[in-house]
Amino acid sequence: MFTLIDRKDVTPESVWFKIDAPDVARVCKAGQFVIIRSNDKGERIPLTIADWDGNEGWITVIFQKVGASTYELSDLQKGESLRDCVGPLGIPTHVENAGNTIVIGGGLGIAIATPVARAYKQAGNHTEVIVGARKKELLFNVEEIRDFADELFICTDDGSEGRQGFVTDQLLEMIESGQQIDTVFCVGPPIMMKFVAKVTEPFNLKTIASLNTIMLDGTGMCGACRVTVGGETKFACVDGPDFDAHLVEWEETLSRLSSYKEEEKEAMEHYQKHREGCQCDEKGEKK
Amino acid sequence: MSSQRKPRPQLIRTKLSMPCQEPADRVQNFDEVPYGYNEAEAVFEAQRCLTCKNQPCVSGCPVEVPIRDFITLVKEKKFLEAAALIKTKNSLPAVTGRVCPQESQCEAKCVMGRRHQPVAIGNLERFVADYARNHDEKVPELPDPTGKTVAIVGAGPAGLTCAGDLALMGHKVIIYEALHAPGGVLIYGIPEFRLPKGIVKYEIDFLKKIGVEIKLNYIVGSNKTVDELLDEFDAVFVGSGAGAPRFLNIPGINLVNVYSANEYLTRVNLLKGYKFPEYKTPVKRGKTVMIIGAGNVAMDSARTAKRLGAEHSIIVYRRSKKECPARQEEIHHADEEDIEFRFLTNPVRVIGDELGRVKAVECLQYELGEPDETGRAKPIPIPGSEHLVECEVVVIAVGNDPNPTIPRTTPDLELSRWGTIVTDRSTGKTSKERVYAGGDIATGAATVIAAMGAGKVAAKDIHKQIMGIKDEEAAESL
Ligand SMILES: Cc1cc2nc3c(=O)[nH]c(=O)nc-3n(C[C@H](O)[C@H](O)[C@H](O)COP(=O)(O)OP(=O)(O)OC[C@H]3O[C@@H](n4cnc5c(N)ncnc54)[C@H](O)[C@@H]3O)c2cc1C
Ligand SMILES: Cc1cc2nc3c(=O)[nH]c(=O)nc-3n(C[C@H](O)[C@H](O)[C@H](O)COP(=O)(O)OP(=O)(O)OC[C@H]3O[C@@H](n4cnc5c(N)ncnc54)[C@H](O)[C@@H]3O)c2cc1C
Ligand code: SF4
Ligand code: SF4
Ligand code: FES
Repeated sequence: MFTLIDRKDVTPESVWFKIDAPDVARVCKAGQFVIIRSNDKGERIPLTIADWDGNEGWITVIFQKVGASTYELSDLQKGESLRDCVGPLGIPTHVENAGNTIVIGGGLGIAIATPVARAYKQAGNHTEVIVGARKKELLFNVEEIRDFADELFICTDDGSEGRQGFVTDQLLEMIESGQQIDTVFCVGPPIMMKFVAKVTEPFNLKTIASLNTIMLDGTGMCGACRVTVGGETKFACVDGPDFDAHLVEWEETLSRLSSYKEEEKEAMEHYQKHREGCQCDEKGEKK
Repeated sequence: MSSQRKPRPQLIRTKLSMPCQEPADRVQNFDEVPYGYNEAEAVFEAQRCLTCKNQPCVSGCPVEVPIRDFITLVKEKKFLEAAALIKTKNSLPAVTGRVCPQESQCEAKCVMGRRHQPVAIGNLERFVADYARNHDEKVPELPDPTGKTVAIVGAGPAGLTCAGDLALMGHKVIIYEALHAPGGVLIYGIPEFRLPKGIVKYEIDFLKKIGVEIKLNYIVGSNKTVDELLDEFDAVFVGSGAGAPRFLNIPGINLVNVYSANEYLTRVNLLKGYKFPEYKTPVKRGKTVMIIGAGNVAMDSARTAKRLGAEHSIIVYRRSKKECPARQEEIHHADEEDIEFRFLTNPVRVIGDELGRVKAVECLQYELGEPDETGRAKPIPIPGSEHLVECEVVVIAVGNDPNPTIPRTTPDLELSRWGTIVTDRSTGKTSKERVYAGGDIATGAATVIAAMGAGKVAAKDIHKQIMGIKDEEAAESL
């Protein structure tokens, strides 16, 4: 069991957890993730480690409520326990000698972009960060990032904060301004990453995308997370999650992410029905 | 034949088959298919054994279960004694009785099989183990603690067996398991209808009772390396299995709803996807499911698909029925459950719809040619025989490679060119001091009993090593 030391809602759609997980905290690095299960019937949910303290033995994650499993996870209260938490999984983001770096976080990707950007900065790279969200209320971590980043740019779809427009608009402007850029790292909705790759490709700019594929075990045992990169099949959980964004087959990645559209809807309906004071017995069957 | 010199009056030629759920019923549920013998049936089948002096059956069993002697105890209705006797060699008889390929192991060597049908050794082993489980089996007395400690990587049959044996010798044992439940393939791969998970859990609880500690959600190579474990423990045993799925190198292999058998079975078994949405992990239920391959894994996938509601569950295999590597019983059960077999057929590409989801597989027909290096007739494609098979789900069951995590994170471990860990088969020793390995990680995908045998062999040698027992002393104490 893994105790939930603390929790808070960081936006109307996303939640921050501080979890007692000393075995993970002791060894994890930026860009790695854990797989969490809230209870015996739960799905295995991959979440990036947002922050950690090896001495105190905790990690934090920030996740967006998008479906049944993340909603159910968000119901957990401080002091309660997660059934499972395994990690660190995946290869840490390679931050050494990245040079002038732009880190882009879109939506829930801001959670993942934060520790990665900090690691780029701590490794001695000039690090600028672009964060994007649909509207002001959905932004988070802004002050935290401002603290360490050399420059922070905010984009919102509706212009309620920072620049109105997409993260790619900001990126393109920076590239065209002629400033020296060596590495672009992006994480967020796959469609956003696909467009970041499109923007940087003509300029031959090294671009890394952190892929949030569907995962099961996270240890290379099932192949659920497979992606085609440069014509080869890779497992995102053990070969990634970071890949060269110009080599990723984005159409395939997008369609694989939508594998369970119908089931996700069914799971959400089931979750809502059973949450709103249902009359089920322990087995979840109607009395 | 000389062993037939004393035909007994009660010689019964045919094996007593176990009563089973009717095929039409069982494809509607995930309950175990055979019910197992009752006491009278077990005694009846045991009577068929000729109590051979040289017991050839034993030589067919990788761990040398004293088959003749336990069957004799069954004849005398001493079931608990029979169980205790089996357990001196095989710590998981309820499992092996169900999943061993008996027809190519113990039963292949049974004298009765030369003229008639062999004694149903597996069924009897299963009966005895189930009887003991339901009749307050005693926990054996443990020797005084030796003060020595051993770390085990992986809670599959190899690791569990090695751990149990070492605990019974008085050592402190901790198993580290990457998944959230122990059992390895027994828990995530082999389906409930063939090996009820309650039985696996019982066996694991038994290990806990004899003091084995199991740390779940712990990845050796990530949380700690083998080298770090060596700082804390007197020895390390690696039983990390062959868990990396192979895919086919054909177009469309990454389309939506193409699964590896590992993924398909893990969703259903470990994560109980068949109870979705009560359990939160979904699994696709197609009207037609195609399974590629014909081993146990393929049979399990095909029968699982049927239970998930597929109207057509089709096994596609490049060779003919004769060459199917699956256990006879599985093929038989699959036949009964209307699994469709397409032999001498091979997929050449998977075709998707506009959303990238599987809608058909293009296959090629084969014919059998001259025998190849392995002595098996070589399948040769028939030109122009391409044809489409419509389906919504494809499951690839063409084998697994060794799990790379330990090899990748343990630099001075000698590997074969297949990526398996090189071991001395008579001791389980690897090229690295105080590190042992066994099971699928050392042999490549094999069998439950072979993995258990390797765990046993290693336990014996680990004991000798950490207690400082010399070979001569060991020979004397035998
Ligand atoms: C390595 C890795 C790290 C991740 N880190 C984080 C993180 O730090 N914070 C966070 O909020 N999420 C993260 N994710 C995504 C997170 O795992 C999924 O959002 C979650 O599993 C969805 O589960 P659900 O049942 O609630 O939603 P579902 O019902 O499964 O899905 C609901 C909706 O979300 C979309 N969706 C499903 N899975 C994903 C996914 N993997 N990525 C993007 N959209 C998805 C679906 O298309 C659907 O529209 C990460 C994923 C991976 C693989
Ligand atoms: C679907 C299926 C059906 C089968 N049917 C039969 C059958 O009928 N009869 C038969 O005899 N055999 C059968 N087999 C084969 C048999 O199950 C295997 O040969 C056997 O399980 C191998 O045992 P093992 O202990 O070596 O490995 P596994 O059972 O694979 O266990 C290895 C364990 O190690 C864990 N692990 C791996 N890496 C790490 C790490 N770095 N840190 C911590 N833990 C780790 C894994 O999570 C796993 O739990 C079948 C296999 C499959 C997949
Ligand atoms: S362990 Fe397997 S091979 Fe050995 S006697 Fe039992 S069923 Fe036969
Ligand atoms: S070979 Fe067959 S008949 Fe002979 S002892 Fe073994 S099981 Fe009995
Ligand atoms: S999640 Fe199973 S192999 Fe990557």
